[in-house]
Order: sequence, then C-alpha cells, then structure tokens
Amino acid sequence: MAIAMTLNGKPVSVEVPANMPLLWVLRDELEMCGTKFGCGAGQCGACTVHQDGVPIRSCLTPVSSVAGKKITTIEGLSPEGAHALQKAWMEMDVPQCGYCQAGQLMTAAALLAKNSNPTDAEIENALDGNLCRCGTYTRIKKAVHLAARLMQTSNASGANNNE
Amino acid sequence: MNSRRFFLKVSLLSGGGMLIGGHEALAQGPRRAQAPLDPNAFVKIAPDGMVTLTGKNPEMGQGIKTALPMILAEELDIDWKLVRVVQGDLDEVKFGSQSAGGSRSTPNNWDLLRQVGATARLMLVQAGATSLGVPVEECSTEMGRVLHKASGKSVSYGEIASKAAALPMPKPDQVKPKDAKDYKIIGKSMPTIDLPAMVTGKPIYSIDFKLPGMLFAVYEKCPVYGGKAVSANLDEIKKMPRVTHAFIVEGNGDVSSLASGVAIVAEKWWYANEARKKLKVVWEEGPTVSHTSVGYDAKAKELFAAKPAFAIRKDGDVEAAIAGGVKKVDAKYQYPFISHAQMEPGNCAARFVDGKLEVWAPSQTPGRGQQMAASALGLKPADITVHQLRTGGGFGRRLANDYMIEAAWIAKQIPGTPIKLLWTREDDMRHDFYRPGGYQHMRGAVDASGKIVGWHDHFVSFGEGEKFVSSSNISPGDFPANFVSNFGVEATLIPTKVPTGPLRAPRSNSLAWVIHSFIDELAHAAGKDPVQFRLDLLGDQPVVGKGMEAYDAGRMKACLQLVAEKSGWGKRKLAKGTGMGVGFHYSHSGYFAQVAEVSVDAQKRVKVHKVWAVGDVGSEIIHPSSAKNQVEGAIIDGMSELMAQEITIDRGRTVQTNFHQHQMVRMKQAPPEIEVHFIKSKNSPTGLGEPPLPPVLPAIANAIFAASGIRVRTLPMAKEGFKWA
Ligand code: FES
Ligand code: FES
Repeated sequence: MAIAMTLNGKPVSVEVPANMPLLWVLRDELEMCGTKFGCGAGQCGACTVHQDGVPIRSCLTPVSSVAGKKITTIEGLSPEGAHALQKAWMEMDVPQCGYCQAGQLMTAAALLAKNSNPTDAEIENALDGNLCRCGTYTRIKKAVHLAARLMQTSNASGANNNE
Repeated sequence: MNSRRFFLKVSLLSGGGMLIGGHEALAQGPRRAQAPLDPNAFVKIAPDGMVTLTGKNPEMGQGIKTALPMILAEELDIDWKLVRVVQGDLDEVKFGSQSAGGSRSTPNNWDLLRQVGATARLMLVQAGATSLGVPVEECSTEMGRVLHKASGKSVSYGEIASKAAALPMPKPDQVKPKDAKDYKIIGKSMPTIDLPAMVTGKPIYSIDFKLPGMLFAVYEKCPVYGGKAVSANLDEIKKMPRVTHAFIVEGNGDVSSLASGVAIVAEKWWYANEARKKLKVVWEEGPTVSHTSVGYDAKAKELFAAKPAFAIRKDGDVEAAIAGGVKKVDAKYQYPFISHAQMEPGNCAARFVDGKLEVWAPSQTPGRGQQMAASALGLKPADITVHQLRTGGGFGRRLANDYMIEAAWIAKQIPGTPIKLLWTREDDMRHDFYRPGGYQHMRGAVDASGKIVGWHDHFVSFGEGEKFVSSSNISPGDFPANFVSNFGVEATLIPTKVPTGPLRAPRSNSLAWVIHSFIDELAHAAGKDPVQFRLDLLGDQPVVGKGMEAYDAGRMKACLQLVAEKSGWGKRKLAKGTGMGVGFHYSHSGYFAQVAEVSVDAQKRVKVHKVWAVGDVGSEIIHPSSAKNQVEGAIIDGMSELMAQEITIDRGRTVQTNFHQHQMVRMKQAPPEIEVHFIKSKNSPTGLGEPPLPPVLPAIANAIFAASGIRVRTLPMAKEGFKWA
C-alpha cells in the first residue's frame, strides 16, 4: 500500500505493508539510519522521531498511522549540526557510544520547541523514557540547559524548519 | 623509554608523503616479530600536510578512537585540525593486538604510540633541517612545521614528508618522546572523533552498515541454552512475504561460536522478523532444561551449611582468630546473573565469495572472531577479512563473537550475496554471556583495638569441581588478602550451563560490593569510623603482597584520603534519613575510592544525592572530558546493577526479555552531581573503562546503612523492597 508523508520537509511516498513500523520504513526503505533500534518495544526511546512536532516511538508506530503527517528525524534536525541542541551536545562532549543520542536529541528538541527554558525537573520528565546505557544523563541535562541559553542569546536555530 | 622493544617501519607514500607504523616486539609472539611490517599502520603524512592516523582498536564508546590518535598527534607535534582518524581493519600483523577489553587499550599502546610519533618527528626534523639548510640541533617543531627560530625559517611536514621517508630509521635510543610538561594535546579534551556524525544521525554504527543487494537475517536459537533445532515449518516460512531463505543450522555444540537454530532471510529485516512470528520449531532442549535460579539459590543454601569443597587461600589460623575476636560478624551475601544490555543489539554483516569471507563486525575481539569463524566454517584465517565498525556499547558483550559466526554461517549458505544478521532485543537479552551470580558467606572478627583479626569467605559460585565458569572466580590475592593475617577463602561450585562471560569490571563488579559491605559491617561492629577503619586496614606499607598480588596501598590510601576530604566526610551535618558511605577497589590497574551521599525514606525509596570519585590511573589523563564521562557513566551503571538488574533462569532459559525487566537507571534517578578527581601518580597511564565502577556499589549500599540502619546483603536491592525515590 502506498503511504505518503512529509519527511524532514519533503514529500515522500512508500509502498509497504500498512503495519510496518515507521522505524523500519526509515531505516530500510528510505535508508535513513540515524533513527536507532534499541528495544522495539517502546522501552528505550532510541527510535524517537517527531510526528507533527510531538516525540513518538517509531518502533511501535505503524507507518499507516503517519500517512499525511509531518515526520522529522535526526537527519532533519539540522544536517549541518546547526541546531542549538547539536551545538550544545558537541560543546559538552555528551555521547559515549552515542547510540541513544539521536533519540535523546529528538526528545529534547520537542521539549525546547514548546518550553524554551526548562527546569531540571522538566528536562528529567521529558527525557524519562530515553535510556542511556552509557550513563551520560548528567551531561544531557547540562547540554539541554546550554542549548536553551544558546537559543536565547544567539541566532542558533532551535526550531527546525521542517515542522 | 623502558625495556619494551618496538619494531617500526617508515616508507614513502605513493604519490608523495610519509608512512610510519610499528608494533611491539612481544616476547611470546615470534610470528608477529618476524612478520613483514606493512607500514600503513598508524601515520600518513600527505604532501598537503593532512595527517591521517589510524584508530586501530575497536571503538564502543570508551573514546579510544580519539585517545590513541591523540598520543600520536602529541608526539608528532601536529595541528589536531589537520588530523583525520580512520578506523583500521583487523590486521594484527600490522597493528599488534586490536582487542578492547580489560581497560587495556591505553596501557598496551602508550609506549608504542609515543615511540612511533617521536620517531616520525625526529625524521621530519632531520629532513626539515636539510631542506632549510640549517643545523639539526637548532630546529624545533610546532603545529606540523619544522622551525628554525634563529632565522625565522620554517617548512611544513607535508613539504618534507617524502624526504623524511627516505632517511634511515633513527636508533631507538636516539628517539626521545616528549616531556609531559611540554604536552599540548595530551591532557586536553580534543573534539571527540565522530561527534558531529553522532549528533547529525550519520550511519556510523555497525547496525547501519549495508551493501548493495544485501539480504537480512533473523536467527532463532533454542531458548534452552545448548538446545538443538530438530525441525521447523520451513516450507510455510519460505512462502511468507519477501522471505528468500529459511534453514536449520545444526550448530557446532558451542554456544559461544554457533548455537543451533533457525535462520530466516528476507529482502528487508522486518519481513524476516515478521515471518519469524509464524515459525514453529521442534527443539531438542537437552539436559539444561532442569536448571532454575530457584534451584541455584536452594543449592547455595545447602552448600553454605556444609564444608567448603576446596581452599583458595589460607593464611594463619582463621578459626582460632575469629573465635578469639572481641566482636564478630557473620553475614551471607548474594548477587544475581546480569545481562550486558548494551544499547545496540547484536548484529553483523558478512559476504562469502569464492571461498573467501568478509565480515563487518562490532567486535571487541576481532582477531579471536576471525579464528573462531575460520574453525566454524572450515576456512583459513587468512581467507577471512574483518572490518571493524563502531558499536553502540560493548561492556564486555562483544568480547564474544557469536553474532559474527552466525552471520558468517548464514552468508556461506548464500554465496555471493551480502547478508546482515540483526538480533532483536529479546534475542540479545536471552542469549547473552551473563555476569555470573554468586553467594558469599562472610565471617570475620575484630579485636579490642578495632583491628580485623580474622576473615573467612565461603565463596559459592558456579563451575565444575574446582573449575570456575567464565568470570565467576575469586583469586587468592583479592583484597584484603595480605592485609589480614588470619585470612581464609574457600569455595564450592554449582554446575551450570548458563553461558557466562565478562561484564565491565568482571569479578570486581560483584566482589567489591561484598568485600566493602562486609568491611563496613566490621567497622560498625568495632565502633570505628568507616574511612578511618579502612585507612587502618591499608596500613603504612606502600606496597603489600608480591608479584601478581602486589597492591599499592599507598596509591589507594591517597585516593581514600582525598575522597574523604572532598566529600567532607565526617565534617558535615546530614539531615535525618541521609547518610554517607564509602568504598574503594583496585581493578584493571586503576585505583578508585568513592563516597556516596544517599537518603532513604520509610518506604525504602532511595535517592543518591551525590557521588564523589577519586581515581589514580597514572601520570596522564589523556582526554579529561572523556575520562570524566567514563567515571560518571560507570557510577550510573553500577547503580543499575545495584537496584534492578537481574537475569533469572527457569527451565534452562532466560526469563527476562527486554529493558523493562532488566532496568537501567533513568535520568531522574541519576545523581544530580558526580564529582570526579584524578590523582596523577608517577605511573604509566592505564585504562578507565572499568575501575571506576566497582566501588560505587558498596559506597551506596554503605550509605543506605548509614541512612536507614538497613544492611543490603542481596542484589538487586529491588528484591528487598527498595526503589529509587
Ligand atoms: S527502539 Fe523504540 S523505544 Fe526502544
Ligand atoms: S551514549 Fe551509549 S547509550 Fe547513550
């Protein structure tokens, strides 16, 4: 079945079974591998993408349910790494293995888009479902704060153009 | 330099430029020592001044792909901006050992890479002096240039690289690696390699690797360890959408190589996994089906009541010393099997063409994988090429190469077609090589002055007779051996077929918790301050024990004293329900002491407010930011092990299947603050992946006791009703 959506600002259409999870459409049909497979069960957040600006677990999302929606993945956040969060992540040297970080960034981006200056507790709540096996939480939290400051003080982009 | 010897080789880069590489002359490795050295190994200096360094060891988040090239760049004296780091393929003739485990990557490479870098720099200086027409002694280097300060003349490495490559190799004693005080790169947090790729979602991980025409595989193994696939509804499976192949793999009887199972191959991975939902297999489950965790626990209880089977160590008269003690403690500890649960599930790509195999693997031991694939498939190691890919976490799981052998086997059935095997999280968790559980019956006594006079450990673990299964043993030299004069460790083993293996800080991750919890029990029994009690135990001798057992008590004391000072131990007034605990441990050449501040409420909800860590891993912290990241991560990892991680066995199979049953710490549970200090001692730098983990378990458990009076003797603590606040 043909399913059309807007992916990172561009229209795309895929011919796949309706129940194929968005994660596998992205990774194997569209060859966009930034979105990661961690658990396949909504347990870890590694597969987080945005649907109309809201973070969702792509591993549990049948592709048919995003027909006509706007989907943003890590590749669409800013391919050049210009998003305030990406800058902050590099500045704070957040990742270890890095495998969870696309999901962390996408969840954090959705948070900052609606709350430009979150508290520690707000960050912790927003990112509660994003596990990091390497334990980089302390840095993630600091980097989200830094990104919030960057967005206020410079013209680093926080919103992404694709949503 | 020290007495280690190195073989280096320099040659001309085709198209101009210089190549230099080297390896250590291993006493036990005549094959390596005689091998012709391919100089592509480490450093390429191109005529345009770009320097390509090879990250030779597997990268799994420990930062080695940045740290090792930094050592080279430092000695070469180059601009980090002009450095490109590429991941080397497996070639242990070229590179020497390429495994990553036991926190050995740094200590194994420190001297070698400094020698390679310094040799290249010396040759560049010689070539530069000739080209500038000035005396060699008057030249220096800076940012990839040879300078003649007196005349103000200079020349870039790129311009003279070809000339340098033609010079005779300097004698090892002419080469002087830099003095630490002149370091410009080591000790600075250079931008981590792959960081921009990570934050923009570039396909840099093993799971992302694809080739044109690739097919994708799932592999269903017998849920009972070591069981065999007898038959399956393969005809039905082959008719499922986009499925291309389905077959039974007999296996070779070794679950660490090729466990028996059923492979399903499809055009895309999801189709293979969908088809798997319809798979019906008849298994021959084998004898392991009678094993259960409940059975192991019952057996341990029985064994504790009996005499130990064999002695590990016996110093003095333990029984008399304990009987004569003023205060005695008798306590039984137990800890579970746990899974590695690294974030990226097992996967591997392979292609078999004309009798030759190529694999793209996320392995911590690519060399061992090559050997195992060769014997499993009946190939020569030389016919197997192993490419190393960045992996989403290792923690010891990728010391095993089962995913590589499975992928290789599947590829061999479909010659000419590249295949990619990917496990589900459930496969990964149910077929791990688990950190083995264990049981320790501890008895000890202190005298009137508060000194430990007797110590006995009945160590009940897993194995056959006197042979421990992987990573379950205790050593005669384990602390506090040599520090307590009447000291006994005896063991009894329970046979098991549960696959076990090293998990980050193997053995230490459970032993440190038991030993330092028990020391804490003794300190409280003696009415002593837990830090002072430990300082007294460490004593005044700098090094205790000989040979393999040598324990630098001086280094540990320094860590303990500093962590007590930084944490304000004994100096701060704590709220009711809040307590501080301490632990220390030596492992993988690193010394770490930690203090945790924790509160516990009436519902046994635990909050870790802060952890202080002090470590001594030698004279240099190569990349401070990444070093601190490792320590923070190890502390959070240890918290997960303490609270909620447990693998249980029922009917010979793993009960837990996904993260919800084997929970890791979440952001809101992590300590708001982790303070890390390093003591730079006069020792060669050693690794950091493992030694910061073990002390955090007892530090938190001891803080829980200080806060609540409850002694944690069973892990995970959730079993005793604890949870994170
Ligand atoms: S892969 Fe989707 S939540 Fe883990
Ligand atoms: S950085 Fe490794 S899982 Fe988060």
